[in-house]
Amino acid sequence: MRIALFLTCVNDTLYPGTGRAVVKLLTRLGVDVDFPAAQTCCGQAHYNTGYRHQAEPLARHFSDVFGAYEAVVTPSGSCGAMVRELYPRMGERARAEGRGDTLARTLAPVVPKTYELTEFLVDVLGVTDVGAYFPHSVTYHPTCHGLRSLGLGDRPKRLLSAVRGLTLAELPGAQECCGFGGTFAVKNADVSAAMGADKVRGAESTGAEVLCAADNSCLMHLGGTMTRLRTRMRPVHIAEILAATQEEPWS
Amino acid sequence: MSRTSGGTFVGMPAFPMPAFPEAAREAVGDATLRANLRHATHTIRDKRARAVAELDDWERLREAGKQIKDHTLRHLGRYLEQLEEAVTAAGGTVHWAADADEANRIVTGLVEATGEREVVKVKSMATQEIGLNEALEAAGIRAYETDLAELIVQLGDDRPSHILVPAIHRNRAEIRDIFRSEMARWGRPAPEGLTDTPAELAEAARLHLREKFLRAKVGISGANFMVAETGTLVVVESEGNGRMCLTLPETLISVVGIEKTVPAWRDLEVFLQTLPRSSTAERMNPYTSTWTGTTDGDGPRAFHLVLLDNGRTDTLADEVGRQALRCIRCSACLNVCPVYERAGGHAYGSVYPGPIGAILNPQLRGTATALDASLPYASSLCGACYEVCPVAIDIPEVLVHLRERVVQGGEFTRHGAKVTLRPAGGHAAERAAMRAAGLVFARPGLLRAGQRLAARTRRAHPRKLPGPGRAWSATRDLPTVPEESFRDWWRRTRERTGRTDDREAGA
Repeated sequence: MRIALFLTCVNDTLYPGTGRAVVKLLTRLGVDVDFPAAQTCCGQAHYNTGYRHQAEPLARHFSDVFGAYEAVVTPSGSCGAMVRELYPRMGERARAEGRGDTLARTLAPVVPKTYELTEFLVDVLGVTDVGAYFPHSVTYHPTCHGLRSLGLGDRPKRLLSAVRGLTLAELPGAQECCGFGGTFAVKNADVSAAMGADKVRGAESTGAEVLCAADNSCLMHLGGTMTRLRTRMRPVHIAEILAATQEEPWS
Repeated sequence: MSRTSGGTFVGMPAFPMPAFPEAAREAVGDATLRANLRHATHTIRDKRARAVAELDDWERLREAGKQIKDHTLRHLGRYLEQLEEAVTAAGGTVHWAADADEANRIVTGLVEATGEREVVKVKSMATQEIGLNEALEAAGIRAYETDLAELIVQLGDDRPSHILVPAIHRNRAEIRDIFRSEMARWGRPAPEGLTDTPAELAEAARLHLREKFLRAKVGISGANFMVAETGTLVVVESEGNGRMCLTLPETLISVVGIEKTVPAWRDLEVFLQTLPRSSTAERMNPYTSTWTGTTDGDGPRAFHLVLLDNGRTDTLADEVGRQALRCIRCSACLNVCPVYERAGGHAYGSVYPGPIGAILNPQLRGTATALDASLPYASSLCGACYEVCPVAIDIPEVLVHLRERVVQGGEFTRHGAKVTLRPAGGHAAERAAMRAAGLVFARPGLLRAGQRLAARTRRAHPRKLPGPGRAWSATRDLPTVPEESFRDWWRRTRERTGRTDDREAGA
């Protein structure tokens, strides 16, 4: 099967390792991965900060770039939720504003075929054991949009549990937000930092070496907090854990 | 915590409240307050989860509650007229108040007509919303709060910080100190040698309040529900002090927001299940008082219902924002909110704090003040509030909608008339950044050029950012920019293997 990788602008620019891991993982599982180079940004930051009208051209661009693929896979819960939950809402709002059905119709095709990575693995490919090897202790933080908007449930943990060598430690208060929240992190920096510090202390209390999540935006906030708090934990995207093997270990 | 505020919020505070981030800063740095709030909210959120899990039809009750409220709001005019007829037929008098001033004038006039100089109050958020106590005080009438937590707030010259537990920011020792030093000024003093054990504190409050209940000739209440078909009002509470206020005085005045209407008695079946489980995590609350007009020889001889608008019909006119009017004031959203837990209730500058306050206040009061314009941003959009809301208010959706109103302006309803709102100030840099990002993201080639520039200069990137970026780098390291973006790696490696599929447009 041929899929398009929607890497997201944040990963493309700051976390290319996550993108390489997704390619490696999916290729190993027999998936033909394409990276349409015309892709940019889904428009989430614009939308969530109150610039819905500026998010619309980005959504249309997304739909132009990815419309022809069988499936679109993204290693980001929040960008996946943007497409799946908020693109239909943008279409409805445009209709309510008397702008007709055009936007809704343009965006509709990409909505059902956009998958967050762990969802694609478990639901579409039907695998939980991806043949990974990761000899480290890991605690998993379910990010809010993956958890509550996409309903990823226990899929990420099922995938992690099947990784050889990996010990999974339960994160206390796992379902509480880490405090990133896009522009919230700077608009309400004090509250955001307090939430981040609490999440990091919770993760530290598990004794795990690695804090894993399926969204690098949250990990950017938590990782930045970790180094400032001088913890020895490392933030790692789930794709990098699932891509690691005995022959080609994570570094 | 502020003790100089005089206990009022009102639509127009006496002094300008700071924007949410500034107001939250103090609470975030207060370790005792953070510990109090964390303990209290986590205890009740866990209990709520257990109480809700007991019901296998919870999701259907939630949907039913949402639909009843939406139906009522769609036909609100009709149900309010039906309510007025039913209340009048049962011996009550109905008054209509368009805003806080009008409601305060009506209630003050009604109390003055009785010749009384004091009233007892059962906790009512609507009367706090309009600043009724201050209006009564200006007319020389003393209002005594009788809900235990409200009494603590009133004695401490403080402000409520939670919908259900207004004194959640106080611990037992603080409450004992307040009782010892303040009770004597308001009536019966605290008993000698009062300690901070809950039983002793409750007994002190009971003795203090009992004196007021037995003396008061006028009671003032709010209501949780108003049944249009029968004209019945409903108050749901835990302490029984509300029932004293509702039954002992000769005159009862109830001030209720118009959105508290439900069409029929049978609709209570849904809310009397969802409200206690969501708020106190109880299957059923200890006291549910219902009354319909007046009854000879039983309870108050005169009953007045003041129907309060105060921004509600304006809110109703907004098709995304109107869902906030479904709220039954359970406070479940506060108890799960990570922002409320750290910022505390006072930062919201309203009797309605937390996630529901962040969408209700900017609609009821408008977004003209720095505080109200900042409330829609007081959320990481984590969605925990929506998940627990017993009437399925999609709070994140409304927050984003109100952010749009703040930054883009547009048409909305204020005081019943369509007005065009100008974009709020203070967002110029953000607006420019969003526009610039939009331009870059419209052209993948520009994005790539930007990435390459960032990669080339990566060693020169500062660890701490100046200007607005300091908000990030004060507590968090910045991510290091990689030598090569993913798209460059892809192009390089795929070109080498002869697999180019560069559909890049506008490069």
